Amino acid sequence: MRLSADQLIFWQHGFVKLNGTIGFTWGLMLVLTVASWLVTRKLSTDLRRSRWQNLLEIVVSAIEKQITDVGLKQPEKYIGFLGTLFLFVALAAAGTVIPGYEPPTGSLSTTAALALCVFVAVPLFGIEEQGLGGYLVSYTKPTLIMLPFNIISELSRTLALAVRLFGNMMSGTMIIAILLTITPFFFPVVMTLLGLLTGMVQAYIFSILAAVYIAAATRTRTRKPVPSTILDPAPAPKT
Amino acid sequence: MDNMTIIAVVSIITAGLTIALGSIGPALGEGRAVSTALTSLAQQPDASATITRTLFVGLAMIESIAIYCFVVSMILIFANPFWNHAIAGVAKAAGK
Repeated sequence: MRLSADQLIFWQHGFVKLNGTIGFTWGLMLVLTVASWLVTRKLSTDLRRSRWQNLLEIVVSAIEKQITDVGLKQPEKYIGFLGTLFLFVALAAAGTVIPGYEPPTGSLSTTAALALCVFVAVPLFGIEEQGLGGYLVSYTKPTLIMLPFNIISELSRTLALAVRLFGNMMSGTMIIAILLTITPFFFPVVMTLLGLLTGMVQAYIFSILAAVYIAAATRTRTRKPVPSTILDPAPAPKT
Repeated sequence: MDNMTIIAVVSIITAGLTIALGSIGPALGEGRAVSTALTSLAQQPDASATITRTLFVGLAMIESIAIYCFVVSMILIFANPFWNHAIAGVAKAAGK
């Protein structure tokens, strides 16, 4: 019994392997890109629009609303990264309904790669918002003694992101495989449903956590001066 | 008992104990989290979106502890380096 799709080798030459994880990842990328391209070929802004455009608009505006709820004031800067994370992980989980498919996020390589993307993106967005000095100073908040703990927490939450997603996806596929050998038919279907639910929840968790980390890194600490209403009273309205 | 038997016995027992003991804490924690969330939902239904989202994020963080234990027990059963090392040693000795 194999732990993930890594051991499913399609083609091998020396040490270069084309395994199931890579194949399914590229398949997912192809599906997402081609579907989006097909839908966005003929966009319309009036009330008559295709249902696929409607679907994509619902998805995009829901993600945008979630990003603003987390505290990121300009969602258009981050929706590319966060939306892609959510859609990739969600589609990777949803594809379980197709027989013969194994989610590529059930392999530690994929989830580690996604977590590394978040690990790199958080300082990038933080430096873009606050400048290099401002971002580095944020590691010493609230006191300088917290500097090693902040660094350790950065590393550990990246690891936690990777292992959480890997564990959830891998356990789903493994329990289905085990149940198939014991009681085929009913229980594997129920466990597949549960695996779909946890896959969607984990996709949401992954992207919301990435958004929360980015929001923590881009929180600007300068307060804009509030104009005094005593020294400069508002002008009286002209009648 | 030779080395291989000891490794096998300890791995199996540890794998079972890891997941059994490791799920107690997260289960209790998640129960308390959901119960508090239900109480606050009943008190302030307007904030249900925020409460639900925060609840799910919190549940995922609590769940990750159980996931760590599960991963360790899976490694002990399926990808055990000591077992592989012992198997390789036996194969080399048999091949000589």
